[in-house]
Amino acid sequence: MTNNMNLFKGSSEYVVSNELMHAVNVSIALKKPLLIKGEPGTGKTMLAEAISKALNKELVIWNIKSTTKAQEGLYVYDTVQRLYDSQFGEGDVADIKKYIKLGKLGEAFTSDKQVVLLIDEIDKADLEFPNDLLWELDKMEFYVNETKELIKTKERPIVIITSNAEKELPDAFLRRCIFHYIEFPDAEKMREIINVHYSNIEEKLIAQALETFYWLRDMKELQKKPSTSELLDWLQALMLSGVSVDKIKEQIPFIGVLLKKNQDIEVMSEIKEKGFSLKRWL
Amino acid sequence: MFITFFYLLRARGLKVSLNEWMVLMEALDKGLCKASLLDFYHLCRSVLVKSEADYDKFDMAFAEFFQGIESPEDLPEEFWDWLNKDVKVRDINDKNMLDDYVLELEELMKRFRERIEEQKERHDGGNYWIGTGGTSTMGHSGYHERGIRVGGEGRHKTAVQIAGERNFRDFRQDNILDTRQFQMAFRKLRQFSSKVEGAKTELDIEKTIDETCDNAGRLKLVWDRPRKNTVKLLILFDADGSMMPYSRLCSQLFQAVSNANHFKDLKVYYFHNCIYEHLYTTPHCRRGEWVDTEWVLSNLKSEYKVIFVGDGTMAPSELMSKGGNCYIGLYNEVPGIEWLKKFKKKYSKSVWLNPIPEREWEYTYGSPTLLKIKEIFPMFELTIDGLEASIKKLLVSR
Repeated sequence: MTNNMNLFKGSSEYVVSNELMHAVNVSIALKKPLLIKGEPGTGKTMLAEAISKALNKELVIWNIKSTTKAQEGLYVYDTVQRLYDSQFGEGDVADIKKYIKLGKLGEAFTSDKQVVLLIDEIDKADLEFPNDLLWELDKMEFYVNETKELIKTKERPIVIITSNAEKELPDAFLRRCIFHYIEFPDAEKMREIINVHYSNIEEKLIAQALETFYWLRDMKELQKKPSTSELLDWLQALMLSGVSVDKIKEQIPFIGVLLKKNQDIEVMSEIKEKGFSLKRWL
Repeated sequence: MFITFFYLLRARGLKVSLNEWMVLMEALDKGLCKASLLDFYHLCRSVLVKSEADYDKFDMAFAEFFQGIESPEDLPEEFWDWLNKDVKVRDINDKNMLDDYVLELEELMKRFRERIEEQKERHDGGNYWIGTGGTSTMGHSGYHERGIRVGGEGRHKTAVQIAGERNFRDFRQDNILDTRQFQMAFRKLRQFSSKVEGAKTELDIEKTIDETCDNAGRLKLVWDRPRKNTVKLLILFDADGSMMPYSRLCSQLFQAVSNANHFKDLKVYYFHNCIYEHLYTTPHCRRGEWVDTEWVLSNLKSEYKVIFVGDGTMAPSELMSKGGNCYIGLYNEVPGIEWLKKFKKKYSKSVWLNPIPEREWEYTYGSPTLLKIKEIFPMFELTIDGLEASIKKLLVSR
């Protein structure tokens, strides 16, 4: 590795697989954005936080919504404010710079130190959104037309992009990324994750809870499968309430923590009773 | 020599560009791949493959190219130069003995049998007996590069084994996938129009400029409504017994459609084998729980896009003759096929999704009726690719 300073090895709060660690380090070394895909609850967003903590760098988060435009990430020229100001004679309208507001990308680019930039859930935005950012992510610079100013990075940020696979991303964009798909953790990995979050938890409780959890996840009829964060909440509830360990699998207490839809709970109890469910058609 | 891997990947349908290939070369030059084929596998995958749907194709191509290469020592010369940049750390005592030169599987098996004869007790560690955690060729959780695993989990998977396992087979696009992917396909089904109700939330620049000019330069903002999807969809499910094997698939499709909230209107009805006077409102197709097909035809305007979901296989009479309805007591004056043609006539944009794989359409049980229906409606198989193709078909204007 050329730069050992920037070698990501996971952190005490984030359990990382070797493959993912490798992918992160490859993307840092090659100076390319890392695109992370995976089921909800596999810790995509957490990854950026873990990297920023482990490498001791500031984290800039750009949350993408369905209405987000690429331009907003670079800068916004507040024309309306300037017009109002000019009409009511407030402030110095000649200074356009005052009305240029940098977005999250701009913020990351202008930072003096290297930062970790997280572009969260890029697939939420419009289909064309990633294409609009090609140049900026490639060259790590953009031009502010209004002030004729070139904003260029001093230290190329480490870019992490997450996607829930709601939309296909354009090929041209994908070509510029390092890609990693996070698989849902298996029971063994899940145990590690649990131990990171709750240090003094009964081994027997984990075993029972995990068995129930993966049994639930195997139900194809569920509309929303429980994920890691739900399991962690559930474990907390189980610990606090002090439910007897033997009854977990049988009664599944606090099911509402794991399954968020009424329909799913009904389907689950039907399967538990009869071994199958016909509710999926309704 | 190594460039052949690039062409193999492309030949196997992976869209690897020269750009990405150069990135991989750069990565290798930087020594990002430490002395293991597994690292190399992960590096290749993260740089060259950009969708989990392609992981399986990649695994197959990788296994094909590196077939027989089970350990880094077997790598081609050129490769080894890269790998040598990092020296593999290995404990000085951890060395293979005795079995080092056993290469042929046959001989290995022979030795295995012999050793079972010889061995009378449990062994953990060590380099000769069958046991766990040793460097002998036999046992499990051990470190020998070529050997027999006896029960247990393989602890040190080599890259080719992992590639060979094809863990990502489920993600292949031509496979049948979960609802999210169906939903994604349905998202492509949209048609925008700005003439709908809704809050005016978008700034209309053009009009704002005009109005501001008219207002003697005093700013006057004009807002407009955002564009909305106007697609109306009618889905007809076959809920017959012959569809039972595909019920999970159909329910996934059903969930995907009903979760997609971007349609202007969505109507779902069910039928039994073929369409006659009634369309059922529940999948149980019980007598009485229905609407008149004529009512649907006259009330849903021709702008609706129609998707039929069914296997299309039935007795020929059910499709072609009067009274073909297989429900006893329901006599149909008009043959099923005429009803289908009525739908086709009214809704120019209609497709048929069939859960039976396309390659079997010609000879599957009941294929005569299937092929008859295929003459009326464009038919696609019920996979992601098929659904996408059918949606494309629904979107083109005719």
